[in-house]
Amino acid sequence: MTRLTEWFSAGRSSGKHTLPFVVILLTMTLLASAANLFLPADSALYVSTYTITLLGKYLCYAMLALAVDIIWGYCGILSLGHGAFFALGGYAMGMYLMRQIGDRGVYGNPLLPDFMVFLDWKELPWFWLGMDHFWFAMLMAVVVPGILAFVFGWLAFRSRVTGVYLSIMTQALTYALLLAFFRNEMGFGGNNGLTDFKEILGFDLQADSTRVSLFMITALLLAVLFVVSQRILSSRFGKVVLAIRDAESRSRFIGYRTDRYKVWLFVYSAVIAGIAGALYVPQVGIINPGEFSPINSIEMVIWVAVGGRGTLIGAIIGAILVNYAKTRFTAIMPDAWLFALGAMFVLVTLYLPKGLMGLYAQMMAKRRPAKTQESEA
Amino acid sequence: MRHLIALCCCLFGLLSFSVYAAESSPQDSLLTELVGAKLKNMTPILEKLANTQGEAILPLFRILLGGDLYYIKADKSLVGQFDEQGNTVYKDVFSQVVVPNLSKKDVKKIRVNNTLRGYLRNAIAQIQLTAKSPELRQSAVRELLSKLDKDTINLIEALYPNEANKKVKEAMGLALSMYAATSIDLVPSNRLVAIERLSTSLEGDVRNTLTKLMKDENPAIVKAASEALENIAQRANRFAFIDQLFFGLSLGSVLLLASIGLAITFGVMGVINMAHGEMIMLGAYTTYVVQLIMPNYIDYSIWVAIPAAFLVSGLMGVLIERLVIRHLHGRPLETLLATFGISLILQQLVRTIFSPLNRQVSTPSWMSGSWEINPVLSLTLNRLYILAFALLVFIALVIILKKTSLGLNVRAVSQNRSMAKAMGVKTNWVDAMTFGLGSGIAGIAGVALSQLTNVGPNLGQAYIIDSFMVVVFGGVGNLLGTLVAAFSLGIATKFLEPTTGAVLAAIIVLVFIILFIQKRPKGLFPQKGRAAE
Repeated sequence: MTRLTEWFSAGRSSGKHTLPFVVILLTMTLLASAANLFLPADSALYVSTYTITLLGKYLCYAMLALAVDIIWGYCGILSLGHGAFFALGGYAMGMYLMRQIGDRGVYGNPLLPDFMVFLDWKELPWFWLGMDHFWFAMLMAVVVPGILAFVFGWLAFRSRVTGVYLSIMTQALTYALLLAFFRNEMGFGGNNGLTDFKEILGFDLQADSTRVSLFMITALLLAVLFVVSQRILSSRFGKVVLAIRDAESRSRFIGYRTDRYKVWLFVYSAVIAGIAGALYVPQVGIINPGEFSPINSIEMVIWVAVGGRGTLIGAIIGAILVNYAKTRFTAIMPDAWLFALGAMFVLVTLYLPKGLMGLYAQMMAKRRPAKTQESEA
Repeated sequence: MRHLIALCCCLFGLLSFSVYAAESSPQDSLLTELVGAKLKNMTPILEKLANTQGEAILPLFRILLGGDLYYIKADKSLVGQFDEQGNTVYKDVFSQVVVPNLSKKDVKKIRVNNTLRGYLRNAIAQIQLTAKSPELRQSAVRELLSKLDKDTINLIEALYPNEANKKVKEAMGLALSMYAATSIDLVPSNRLVAIERLSTSLEGDVRNTLTKLMKDENPAIVKAASEALENIAQRANRFAFIDQLFFGLSLGSVLLLASIGLAITFGVMGVINMAHGEMIMLGAYTTYVVQLIMPNYIDYSIWVAIPAAFLVSGLMGVLIERLVIRHLHGRPLETLLATFGISLILQQLVRTIFSPLNRQVSTPSWMSGSWEINPVLSLTLNRLYILAFALLVFIALVIILKKTSLGLNVRAVSQNRSMAKAMGVKTNWVDAMTFGLGSGIAGIAGVALSQLTNVGPNLGQAYIIDSFMVVVFGGVGNLLGTLVAAFSLGIATKFLEPTTGAVLAAIIVLVFIILFIQKRPKGLFPQKGRAAE
């Protein structure tokens, strides 16, 4: 058992929460799923399918927050464009699901999705080819964000665009993509995006079992990515990344090719965002250009900031908490949500620079000296 | 121009109506005669009307020409039939007031035949061409250009030598040349001269005529026409280019106004203010509120709105600086997040106070309308004023930064904060003032933008990314760079738009800047020396 804990924590003290966290995450997932599938609907402990979908959505956001934290918390790169990678992953999944509709669309065209028939297109654009194969679409969900991140990162980091400049560039990137995807001529459904999905790999998307499976897969992948990221960031590679965050010029002078480290970390982060997007779309049932909007990308950053950056666990917890608050707020007082969100931005940066995890660590630090004193006495 | 004519017609109609109502003039009896007259007897009555009434009779003639003249069976008074949103309504011919409760059964049509129509057309042309105001005469000639026939040409020919107004005379000459160029029975050399004259005009009708002449039997005429057309096309292209350039400059001036405040807060202070767009929005809403307070003085409201917007946005800026940004000094990424939060709060605040819908800000009369230079080129006045205004603001800002003690302090703090502090500069105060200045200028930008776009809670968001692009492209901390960047981006966007469409043009410009920053991370005009790092 201790060896297992050690493997998970990768020998770092900060990683000692990793195993318990994964265990808690997966147990909760299993319990919620079981409560949905095996309990009768009138039971007090029954979890509705709506809640399952909501939880699945939160976990996708958590995965996205993980991606943001990896580059912001560990490498100091504040990306205001991670929504772009998320949305691209989502579009790849959306295209697959769109092809799965087949001739059950409103126009009943076996080859073309409804919006193309509506636009009077005669054949499938080249970038839609192959999207009817699940494996290919999933490959694209990972590869396309990865390539975009690589090209952008390679250009930006090589010419040493850093700090605020880089943030604004990433924001411009997602803004440009937002404008582009709004165009009907792009072939991604324009304003309406892709929706009306029927089934995934032959399973009905509306069925409880499919919803629960998607939720469980999301949780499992989140756990895997979390552990893998933890391992990567505690490896030698991760240590260099930390060094770059704290003193980039110094690391460069020592002889590390800092730009390469940054590019690969950026690509890794984008891939995670792409996976999150691909898992998100079948659960919410729609993907549209709104996902590219700069405000979405900036919201992700606040999830991480609330949870505490540079902790991974903090990012996950922050994403779940903030989104839960959003769900509750928009249901009770829709107008107040933006006030609350704005206040959160200001207060967290002013008074909680290390987020909730920092607060937790502070409290632990206060208790520990008291304990040691006791034992001495 | 057409509106002007319509307006004049209305006015004259009103005038004549009052005359018509006050005294039972000979016109009254003539009009009654018209109701009962047979078709062949109508011409003399109409002639009398034209001679006695002049311009006042135009509405009646127009309605009659369109075959829409009716009379009410009960009292034999004349009404015109109009179609308003699919409903048939009857209006008094002269006053244009709707006569209520009339159905098709209550009225009878006054019939016209081709002879009458020909007479009416001529009479209308004659009345217009002899109108008192030169503008009316000129527009009458321009209107006639598309439907020249023997009679109108005779009329114009008769009037031409006595015409005093230069512009009207020119237009009449054009009409004569157009007719001469197309008359086959004329000597070819005369026609060639006429075509030569036509090649200096930019009127659309002239181009149509010349295009028709391309099918002429005489090869010399065809050649001359094609040369003239090419000539015209070249000139028109030149003016189209100027037009595009003007729109580019206009967009540039908007970008300049939006980004110049940012150039101060971001460029000089190094503080990234994501709420900058909301400062613009506050300025626009201030304009709206000022107009609400003084609804009877819209023409002067701008002069109140500019200082008011500067104060509102400037004070908000000082408040933000004192409460938030001061505590985040040296942490640019956190500043970015905190100010973004502020922008969300401000947006929601405006939404709660003013509703999420767009508000209407009216344009002062002296700013509306356009400056017509020739038939293909007219510049809208509000864009012209905003262009001048943007340059004025820019110059004022440069003077403040270069010539005043505040400017000196601002520059000192931006170059070396601790040294400035050591020399006794109150850096805290300078920070607050700089931020207030930048925000205040954003507010002024909002006043200008309220004249061009809708005023809504999202007004600022639309400009924030563009503004950052301009500042980064021009080189941070360099006001002149901001100027150059704003205008070059504006012009580039407007020249791309015709070929690519507005959205793609915006994308291309964005991608270009992203690539440009990779190549030259410090912008067009990088700061030199130690202050740069």
